Amino acid sequence: MSEMIQSNILEISYLIAAVTFILGLKMLSQPKTARKGNFIAATGMTLAILTTILFHKQNGEGISNLGWIGAGIVVGSIIGYVMAIKVKMTAMPQMVSFFNGMGGACAALISLNEFTHYTSGGEVMMMNGEVLVILLGLLIGSVSFSGSIIAYGKLEGKIKDFVFPMQHIVNLSLLAIILALGAYLMINNLDEPLWIYLIFGLSLLYGILFVLPIGGADMPVVISLLNSFTGMAAAFAGFLYGNYVMLTGGILVGSAGTILTVLMCKAMNRSLTNVLIGAFSAKGGPAAAGSGDLTVREVTPTDVAILCAYANKVVIVPGYGLAVAQAQHAVHEFEKILEGKGVDVKFAIHPVAGRMPGHMNVLLAEADVPYDKLVEMEDINPQMPNTDVVLVIGANDVVNPAAENDPSSPIYGMPIIQVNKAKNCIILKRSMRPGYAGIENPLFFMPKTSMLFGDARDSIQKLIEELKAL
Amino acid sequence: MEAILSFLGENMDMLYFLILSIFLGIEVISHVPAVLHTPLMSGANAIHGVVIIGAIIVMGHADPDNYLALGIGFIAVILGTLNVVGGFVVTDRMLGMFRKKKDNK
Repeated sequence: MSEMIQSNILEISYLIAAVTFILGLKMLSQPKTARKGNFIAATGMTLAILTTILFHKQNGEGISNLGWIGAGIVVGSIIGYVMAIKVKMTAMPQMVSFFNGMGGACAALISLNEFTHYTSGGEVMMMNGEVLVILLGLLIGSVSFSGSIIAYGKLEGKIKDFVFPMQHIVNLSLLAIILALGAYLMINNLDEPLWIYLIFGLSLLYGILFVLPIGGADMPVVISLLNSFTGMAAAFAGFLYGNYVMLTGGILVGSAGTILTVLMCKAMNRSLTNVLIGAFSAKGGPAAAGSGDLTVREVTPTDVAILCAYANKVVIVPGYGLAVAQAQHAVHEFEKILEGKGVDVKFAIHPVAGRMPGHMNVLLAEADVPYDKLVEMEDINPQMPNTDVVLVIGANDVVNPAAENDPSSPIYGMPIIQVNKAKNCIILKRSMRPGYAGIENPLFFMPKTSMLFGDARDSIQKLIEELKAL
Repeated sequence: MEAILSFLGENMDMLYFLILSIFLGIEVISHVPAVLHTPLMSGANAIHGVVIIGAIIVMGHADPDNYLALGIGFIAVILGTLNVVGGFVVTDRMLGMFRKKKDNK
């Protein structure tokens, strides 16, 4: 094949891949076509990778070091595939974060290599677009990498929230230093590799400090944001090589990811700024104040089991606590036993329960809870007055009546599941600690509310034993 | 400054492309239902794995004697592949869950 034809095939396959990315994203945003969309985009990606290896030419030279590249792809594929297959459904968000971090690191490493490559040719002028694009790709890629790893650690429960005084000022200063350093490099033609490694290191540090103070429950939003960062980093690399498929993929994800981040925040009735710097203002929060004179009623698992067994209708409201305790299988067993006793059991799904839209659907589907048992918020609320018992499992803010009747509440205006309208309300909770919004929940102090303290899975297991003993 | 301006001037078609793509990205996903936020994020995550192509290009044109460049490029290829393969497989698994629910209906 002549070189001309090869490069034409390459360009056309890039065009096809770019179209599959657009189509894939479009189809991913509709439930019916989502899975097919994912497959189409994956096919386009495979095509682009293969044709790059076969036909890419730079100054008339094809791709060399094929052994290394092949080995890298094989190793990466095996690790990626095994991790993706083995991961538990409940650990999905951190898995996405991890893979996102890998993409960010990849972009950063490309920039590192290109910088040294660019400056190795002796005296060069650094004040140009190529260097600018390399530096931006390095900054964003590194931030995305270290930020994603911190987000991963937080969701795994390995890294705690970490706030220190003046943190946002420190963070902003660090970012300013990185940008200034980049500009300084370019203006003064500093082409020593030392400088680029310094920027690399500072960017990694910034990524860590950026994510550390943000609450664990907000990680999905952060992951979505970092996802769009990696998209941008990929786009910068594409700009550098004049590679349109990288540009398309990168920018699409960059802009779609940003919008998705905003949509996720909207679903929680918060702004992005609030999520990102919320940790600073919520410090010490007003939550604990004023609750001294209010009392809560505790119940035993036996009482709850009897109450449920003789009820006509039981509604279960799952939340983040259910996911953390991995209680989805236990709750399904509980539901089956109750159904066996002739009780009508439904799950009430709040759109942002678990802080990750769709989290509860995925979680309960994993435990084989039938689809028709899951009822959306708008449909379950009218049924609340006829409900005998509501079990709130590890959910808090999504059932907080303050969102409806207290205009001073930070979550005022957020739609809630109106569990306070049911006849009895049982809250399964580990402690009296408020939810992520850090606000008191008046529901807990209502006369018809009782608390069953403990880990969600343990509590439900106890309920199951009690039910069986009845 | 002039160098950067002329860089932009030389790459005008790419800039147009960039800006149109930004709008396209916003348009394409603006009507996504909340349930699909997470799978969509995961799918988009896999798509930016396209950065692997950059890693292949870097690697493919690295001097075989430059072990630092080869090493960095090799790691970049592994990480990029991880992003692509892991991303698509995880998304598929997630969406598989959704389909199973529909079948039970």
